[in-house]
Amino acid sequence: MSEVPVLSVKNLNTSFLVDGEWKNVVRDVSFDVYPGETVAIVGESGSGKSVTSLSIMRLLAANTSRIEGRIMLSGRNLLSISEKEMRGVRGNDASMIFQEPMTSLNPIFTIGRQISEVLTRHKGLSKAQARAETVRLLEKVRIPNAGARFDDYPHQFSGGMRQRVMIAMALASKPKLLIADEPTTALDVTIQGQILDLIKLLQEEEGMSVLFVTHDMGVVAEIADRTIVMYRGEAVESGPTEEIFHRGKHPYTRALLSAVPRLGSMQNRRWPTRFPVVDVKTGEVAEPSEIAGTVAKGRTPVLAVKNLVTRFPVRSGLFARQTGAVHAVENISFDLFQGETLSLVGESGCGKSTTGRSIMRLIEPTGGDVALDGYDVLRLDQTGLRNMRKTIQMIFQDPFSSLNPRMTVGAAISEPFVKHKLGNTKEAREKTADLLLKVGLSPDMAGRYPHEFSGGQRQRIAIARALSLDPKVIVADESVSALDVSIKAQVCNLLLDLQQSLNLAFLFISHDMAVVERVSHRVAVMYLGEIVEIGPRAAVFDNPQHPYTKKLMAAVPVPDPSRRGIRRGISNDELKSPVRSIGYQPPKRQYREVSDGHLVQVA
Amino acid sequence: MTTIDQAPPVLAAKREHSRAWRKMRKNKSALVGAVIILFFTALAVTAPILPIIDPLATSWSAIRKAPSAMYWLGTDDLGRDILSRMIWGAQASLMAGVFSVAISVCIGVPFGLVAGYFGGWVDMVISRVTEALLAMPFLIMAIALAAFLGPSLMNAMIAIGLSAMPIFVRLTRGQVLAVKTEDYVEGARAVGLNHLEIMLRYILPNVMAPIIVQATLTIATAIIAEASLSFLGLGQQPPAASWGSMLNVAKNFLNQAPWMAMWPGAAIFLVVIGFNLLGDGLRDALDPREA
Repeated sequence: MSEVPVLSVKNLNTSFLVDGEWKNVVRDVSFDVYPGETVAIVGESGSGKSVTSLSIMRLLAANTSRIEGRIMLSGRNLLSISEKEMRGVRGNDASMIFQEPMTSLNPIFTIGRQISEVLTRHKGLSKAQARAETVRLLEKVRIPNAGARFDDYPHQFSGGMRQRVMIAMALASKPKLLIADEPTTALDVTIQGQILDLIKLLQEEEGMSVLFVTHDMGVVAEIADRTIVMYRGEAVESGPTEEIFHRGKHPYTRALLSAVPRLGSMQNRRWPTRFPVVDVKTGEVAEPSEIAGTVAKGRTPVLAVKNLVTRFPVRSGLFARQTGAVHAVENISFDLFQGETLSLVGESGCGKSTTGRSIMRLIEPTGGDVALDGYDVLRLDQTGLRNMRKTIQMIFQDPFSSLNPRMTVGAAISEPFVKHKLGNTKEAREKTADLLLKVGLSPDMAGRYPHEFSGGQRQRIAIARALSLDPKVIVADESVSALDVSIKAQVCNLLLDLQQSLNLAFLFISHDMAVVERVSHRVAVMYLGEIVEIGPRAAVFDNPQHPYTKKLMAAVPVPDPSRRGIRRGISNDELKSPVRSIGYQPPKRQYREVSDGHLVQVA
Repeated sequence: MTTIDQAPPVLAAKREHSRAWRKMRKNKSALVGAVIILFFTALAVTAPILPIIDPLATSWSAIRKAPSAMYWLGTDDLGRDILSRMIWGAQASLMAGVFSVAISVCIGVPFGLVAGYFGGWVDMVISRVTEALLAMPFLIMAIALAAFLGPSLMNAMIAIGLSAMPIFVRLTRGQVLAVKTEDYVEGARAVGLNHLEIMLRYILPNVMAPIIVQATLTIATAIIAEASLSFLGLGQQPPAASWGSMLNVAKNFLNQAPWMAMWPGAAIFLVVIGFNLLGDGLRDALDPREA
């Protein structure tokens, strides 16, 4: 690499004005991106990775931020040119794509117009030329039937397709550098695979450089030539991706890598296994331990679901007549034993969350039977339902919205206990202190408010609150999905420990295959509201039978740089919709038993 | 383990108040607002014992006199002392502002809560009625209601309060719709709380901020509305004074006697600013997220 770098960042320092003081969020970051190269900046939330990319494009508010250092883009120092010149750089020399495809397109203009605008503005093309070029670009990002979709509006595209449109727009001016800020984070795993492949392919075709910002080590391994690890505003380590993964020097790099759940890491293990714990200071790894023998097989299952169906009416027209239904959950049956973790996996819209909520009757199911520890859940009245809630509790995905911001943590944890009159005030206080200790927090935190805690701590608080009624079953709905890798590992470990000490049964709802493999005893794969495959974890992961299960596994980015060459083959498959017209009769499904307890839908 | 965080709920509630109070005291603009309102309230309360000229005493020799040593703020078209009328009028105006808004909030917010929380036909009925009420101009409705109830300050306040109520219904409903989708509300259901507990403990505290701001703004509207009603003989009954009625008379003499309009106008302006500052401060102090 003796060439001149496309982008050269030297001693980048970015500060924000917070309450009258300058707070330094990026410190002394330097790196180069060479022609045709992909460089990944990886780090957890608050590491300054996004701020770095925004600094390069000078997209931070001028009056509350300060960027120092030198950013050379094809021979020009971006920090010394005027804002007007900078506008000529953005979208021309360097383009950027963002995380959220749902909000980064303007909903009131057709996508064709939005792309051709870039062309007429930066390239001075005529309208007709711009249109032809736009169609070519849409074809390039593999949007089927591109010519006909020129005049479609953003809402007519799915999330993955919109991200393709964003990429087409970014490519419009043939930039030398593409900055991709978490471009696949909001997408489903199979769609993410498509987009990653597309970026790789386009990079080869166009010969551009890519600066890829992400938190996902799997994505890094798959796409990056070189990697920069950021931690608390500093680039702690950088080098070729292989080096970083296999011979990472900085303790943080090693901690990050050991916390990354890897699909296939559980091949010779029988039981759910804790994540290895790494000391961030020394980099020493504590050997992970298995959580064995918690499952009470053979006894009556604590939760038995039979033929559960949940449909939502779709209404349209002047009088809001029902014109169809979303078949969110269609004829689902499974058992969950005391001390067992059953995972429901699938992509967005597959009905996994609706299943969890239907079982708790937070959503009214359309039909079926749910037997929970002696309760006939679907036939309970209001009082019975309230009593039933002692047995089953829920932990939500977003720790930032699952706690009432106006209630102290102590009040939140003791509230269910007080509400169900399980003891007096003194006992409630003791219980709260005990629970806080159990989830790894200190009892004197009870007087604080949720906003004073980090995401991981809040999730611990949410777990403590769920435990305050001594439930037997916990529905964990994407409970670790929103957390940073290292925090995710810690919270998973906490859940496993609690399962061991309290003999809890978890219904673990997740889209993250690698985490699921780590924590579950059994796995059910959901697709379009139905379970297509269910069985013991080892059976499903080592011997997947249903085509969808196989597809799902293949799409998961594996944090192993040696697999970088692997291509899945560009496909345009989209997730199907479970909306059916009125009078639709769901087909009768047949299941084939592959091995003991391993069932696959065959027709 | 005997830290203050293990304090019983009563103590905890007290601590919560003292925390809000501490924050309030640190907020300079809120203190300014409080001082302004306290000042006018004190004037209104002590009006009967202050050594001032009788606000109703007319004088043919002192009609529309500019401010002087005798009449500090001048006199009006009937030769009455504007200073005393201002002080006595503070009673009517402050009451009109505070009471009518209290009525709006006390009726409007619960309806908005119920409509937003339950949705369905309950929401349908409440929202449609609210929209129908909003379609009528605020002042026209207040006049119609006041005329129906009969002329008195009390009835004027009720009329103004009812007319301003739909704004609060709609505002609260909109806020509830946003908060209702938060996970903690579903979490509260999952824990087994009933609807009332969820509404009062989980939703209401989280929708209060914009309601407080709207309330302080509505106080200003209400003070002006009372003026209009007085002008039509539906509010404060003459010869008793209110700032609004003074303004209404003064507008006929803007060229000859600008002070007649200036003082009540300035007073209304100050009180409104005072309530706004106080309201903003209150909103921040009650929010645990604000440092």
